[in-house]
Amino acid sequence: MTSSMGFYRALVLATLQLWCLQSYAQDTSDARALAATCFTCHGTDGRSVGGVPPGLAGQDRNYLLQQMQDFKSGKRPATIMHQHAKGYTDRQLELIAGYFAGMKPGAGAPAPRGER
Amino acid sequence: MNQTRREFLQWMSAATAVSVAGCATPGGATAGRVLVIGAGYGGATAAKFVKMWAPDIDVTVVERDAQFISCPLSNLVLGGNASIGDLTFSHDGLRNRGIKVLRDEAIAVDPIKRDVRLASGRTISYDRLIVSPGVDLLYSTIPGLDNADAQARVLHGWKAGPQTLALRRQLEAMRDGGVYALHIPKAPYRCPPGPYERVCQIADYFKRSKPKSKILVLDSNEDIVSKKGLFLAAWNGTYKGLIDYRPNSEILDVDAKTLTAKLQFDSVKADVLNVVPPQAAGAIARQAGLVTANDRWCGINWITYESIAVKGVHVLGDATLSGPAMPKSASMANQHAKVCAASVIALIKGSQVNQQPMLMNTCYSFIDGRNVMHVASVHEFDAAQKIMVAVKGSGGVSDKASELEGTYAWGWARNIWSEALA
Repeated sequence: MTSSMGFYRALVLATLQLWCLQSYAQDTSDARALAATCFTCHGTDGRSVGGVPPGLAGQDRNYLLQQMQDFKSGKRPATIMHQHAKGYTDRQLELIAGYFAGMKPGAGAPAPRGER
Repeated sequence: MNQTRREFLQWMSAATAVSVAGCATPGGATAGRVLVIGAGYGGATAAKFVKMWAPDIDVTVVERDAQFISCPLSNLVLGGNASIGDLTFSHDGLRNRGIKVLRDEAIAVDPIKRDVRLASGRTISYDRLIVSPGVDLLYSTIPGLDNADAQARVLHGWKAGPQTLALRRQLEAMRDGGVYALHIPKAPYRCPPGPYERVCQIADYFKRSKPKSKILVLDSNEDIVSKKGLFLAAWNGTYKGLIDYRPNSEILDVDAKTLTAKLQFDSVKADVLNVVPPQAAGAIARQAGLVTANDRWCGINWITYESIAVKGVHVLGDATLSGPAMPKSASMANQHAKVCAASVIALIKGSQVNQQPMLMNTCYSFIDGRNVMHVASVHEFDAAQKIMVAVKGSGGVSDKASELEGTYAWGWARNIWSEALA
């Protein structure tokens, strides 16, 4: 019993550490990398400076995912978002929605003006 | 619950706690030194994101200009639809993040010693170098423009700032009934739709203020390079009769005194001659041995953005040998910068580099002061070819130019400026 328990402990510890270091970390860094492609127009971490395009930070995950899926399917008409949404798999859209849902909402800081 | 199962679950929860703690980023001393050459859309964004995602990395940026002036939207200054002040920003936002911004110029890279010599005489050491030099303009291919006097008369206006303002003054000084001629180099060049947007902006100005004037477009390319249908809709609609477009019209030389462009079978004289010359990666890329393609562009590994020629040196933005259907644009430089920043951090910290990077591009063009249209694309890494390719079925252009997209374009601008500089 004791030696078999020791084996289980070691196995579980190793498996979970691997899961943490690879799968969990990989998923969160994948989500960040994917979401970063949206920052350009929607603001860093989805905090839009001027409100247009809209901020995504702190929005409901399922709402974000549904909007992106509707853009992708053509259900929701758009000027540009349908063309972007079609570039991502459903799994990627889930990761993107999860990333922005986890961000603190608010407006981003504008770039400081120069001198003229 | 039997003993084994209870022990198992206890261990499971303990193991999870240990593992999650192991995921946390340790604080403390400098993890490494990243030096960035150039604080444009590529370099400034890369510097910000290295610092934001890894505060324990020491980040320094070398930039020769005192301020950031946006090339995107600078055509609006030529059309009288925006001021250069709307497009001018300081680097203070980077400084406020704890990034060192040096107003200096990189002169020489030593990839063996891993340091960069600056014009001031200073030498800066690095663990990883990010080179984002933008483009240099190649006047050597146009003999009559290969001197400063000629270049002061025949402007490029392809780097926003004094050139933009000087070109605007030339247009303001031109008589009504005059000819403005624009020469477009063979692709690839910075901002594929940029020249055609410029034609629209100047047409908007002429229509308003100098209605007898004409625009002559001398395009080295065999056809309009970007958003063809949308530009033609404007040229054959709102601006009908104003624009004479000539494809396959690469200039062979220029007489700057008489403002004459010499073509293969023809010469054309203009009242304002605007020559956008061929382009190549900025000079420091050449000095550092990073130029690997057509004697102009820097080949990179699209996972890490590391040069294929020089170890420890990463290149991004317009200076790179672009992938298929990948424009040299501010959006693209911004996207390169974030993938590059994440890879540089991973390489410094010995963690796993993302093997499936994605890039998105959005370029808006203004046909007048308010109506705007876009071209968009999404790119994924193709492991077989080891390049970024457009995702099938993604991307496209506007149905038509609209004021709604005008508001999006200004929103894009505010956010991409904030991405780089706040």
